[in-house]
Amino acid sequence: MGTRVAAALKDAALAGFVALVLAFPLVGFATNDEGGPSLAIHTRFTWVLLGGAGVFAARLVLTVLRALLPHLVKVGRSNSPARLAGPRRHGARLFGALLVAFAIALPFLPFSSRYLVDLGTTVLIYIMLGWGLNVVVGLAGLLDLGYVAFYAVGAYSFALIARWYGLGFWEALPLSGLLSASFGVLLGFPVLRLRGDYLAIVTLGFGEIVRIVLLNWTDVTGGPNGIAGVPRPTFFGLVLLPRAPNGGATFSQFFGLSFSPDQRIDFLYFVILALALVTNAFSLRLRRLPIGRAWEALREDEIACRALGIDPTRVKLSAFAIGAMLGGFAGAFFATRQGFISPESFTFQESATILAIVVLGGMGSQMGVVLAAILLVTFPEFGRAFAEFRMLLFGAAMVAIMVWRPRGLLAQRAPSVRLRAAAVAVEAT
Amino acid sequence: MAYFLQQLINGLTLGAVYGLIAIGYTMVYGIIGMINFAHGEIYMIGAFISFLAFLVLGALGLASVPLALFAVLLIAMAFTAVYGWAVERLAYRPLRGSFRLAPLISAIGMSIFLQNYVQLLQGARVKSLPPVVTGGFRIMEQGGFVVQMSWLQLMIIVLTVALMAGFSVVISATPLGRAQRACEQDMRMAQLSGIDVDRVVALTFVMGAALAAVAGLMVMLYYGVIDFFIGFLAGVKAFTAAVLGGIGSLPGAILGGLLIGLIEAFWSGYFASGYKDVSVFGVLILVLIFRPTGLLGRPEVEKV
Repeated sequence: MGTRVAAALKDAALAGFVALVLAFPLVGFATNDEGGPSLAIHTRFTWVLLGGAGVFAARLVLTVLRALLPHLVKVGRSNSPARLAGPRRHGARLFGALLVAFAIALPFLPFSSRYLVDLGTTVLIYIMLGWGLNVVVGLAGLLDLGYVAFYAVGAYSFALIARWYGLGFWEALPLSGLLSASFGVLLGFPVLRLRGDYLAIVTLGFGEIVRIVLLNWTDVTGGPNGIAGVPRPTFFGLVLLPRAPNGGATFSQFFGLSFSPDQRIDFLYFVILALALVTNAFSLRLRRLPIGRAWEALREDEIACRALGIDPTRVKLSAFAIGAMLGGFAGAFFATRQGFISPESFTFQESATILAIVVLGGMGSQMGVVLAAILLVTFPEFGRAFAEFRMLLFGAAMVAIMVWRPRGLLAQRAPSVRLRAAAVAVEAT
Repeated sequence: MAYFLQQLINGLTLGAVYGLIAIGYTMVYGIIGMINFAHGEIYMIGAFISFLAFLVLGALGLASVPLALFAVLLIAMAFTAVYGWAVERLAYRPLRGSFRLAPLISAIGMSIFLQNYVQLLQGARVKSLPPVVTGGFRIMEQGGFVVQMSWLQLMIIVLTVALMAGFSVVISATPLGRAQRACEQDMRMAQLSGIDVDRVVALTFVMGAALAAVAGLMVMLYYGVIDFFIGFLAGVKAFTAAVLGGIGSLPGAILGGLLIGLIEAFWSGYFASGYKDVSVFGVLILVLIFRPTGLLGRPEVEKV
């Protein structure tokens, strides 16, 4: 017992010492940024000591916890299929239904406000993006670091179609999705033969290329100034504005209501909610079809798939295209909601955020994406301090999740469809 | 011709820096087969530590420039190496043996974390340092265009060559290098023959981080400005260099770095500089599609 305590103390002291060394240059010294380009330097050695002490304490607590509760703080190396499959949760379906009911009722609830509905719209955009990326990363197992490119293609194609051909949101929506999907096929075709991590880097490159082209192709995209005046969606041809632009009826006139800008906010919220629900139904359906099963099989073992006669390139390409299409829909909605788009909205940071949502939620889990999106989007709203630490905590959480629960908060790696007879036969032997 | 020569010099300088960063990618990939996405951030941290070290040494009254440079070089390498070690220990070692994409996702998380860590601690503003090494010499003059090479450019190239040479000796002639090569060939077999694999991997990260710190110092001196975001682009470019040269191959990393530096310099010299990063990404994509093993790499056989 005594030796174990001594070992734990020694280990914690070592961790604390490393933390001190790490913190010394970057925490201990800083330049005075206020007041011009002065190069005066000031020290913050108390912070360094606090950091070292904090790491010492945290490491000690972790060691003690690990000794007391070995199963809780176990590093997630286990890949045993029995643990991964797990029983199907029936509670999840009920919870999902309750969540949908709450989402529909949100604008009408007594505590609801314009701000809350707007926040809900942002959350839903990320949920939709997360579900789109989930098809690519979670189901097909292809790490896409440039997902934001498809989001951008959707947004810009809607804005440009609306500007050049005068189409409204609903006519242009399928076109943007289609354009994004064909873009996905175009980009995906040459690169999908690559190995997983190479693919990730290439998609990162594509994402950056798309952003740089948007930034520099001023004639078409408006460069850094972006495109303003993207049309708003209509409710079966009724505009949600105080006055109809060309003599038609507005939403409020048609229904005999008095106009209020909240109607547009609520309407946008319901549009994205409907889009998200359709997306959810679509991807849940898809993963039960042969193509969805092929995705999951491919994620688990590409070589075995090849041996079974599944063409990996075609299967991957379909996942890529469908993910891209969903991203394109979300992009078109983003453009119509903001009314203004610029390349600044489509940086790598955005790709990383969407990926973080999928990873934290649990790759392949629809509900996990919802929870992670709510968590990550609403978190910075709690205050400026939280907003500043948001990305820092994102990064730390991504590492921690990979170390402790590599399958995400809600792990879903059980195949969507399983052969009952075979399962029974295995159990019988 | 004169303009060409000037771009050649600029490109070689840039390429030397990319090569130094690329070594870190290529060694880690060679041994544990993962893309250390946070390596660009390590380089950025190296640049920040050098910047702060210069200011502190200046405040302490160290006036001699060569001495200060040498001290900063050592300080930056030492502290950045500890960062490299800590990143491996925290974010990658627990994941050895986990599923394929786990280390990459963890590395992306680490990269986001480090970027914001530095931003929160040191501020988001661009830091600028007045030139430390000034002056240079003329190489030739043609039609009023003077081709010059600054002392700093010469220093960067010479230092890179020296580090490369020292490094090749370490890899080929020391017990550590032999252990590294053994781990690269077969990690399990290396472990069975008594090599402490964890230690070898950790030392690989330490060496890569120290070289990245040198690159950070060089870039800080060369451009005079740094911010918390420089690691991302430099990291992607250096990774491209590693892939172009053949990932896992040390001479390949330097060759790739020089080529990427030259491509970037000539592209901005002769074409639209707004698209210069596209040229690098384009090279990356083309190489991966048509020659995934790079120029000097060996083909990789995937085993079941």
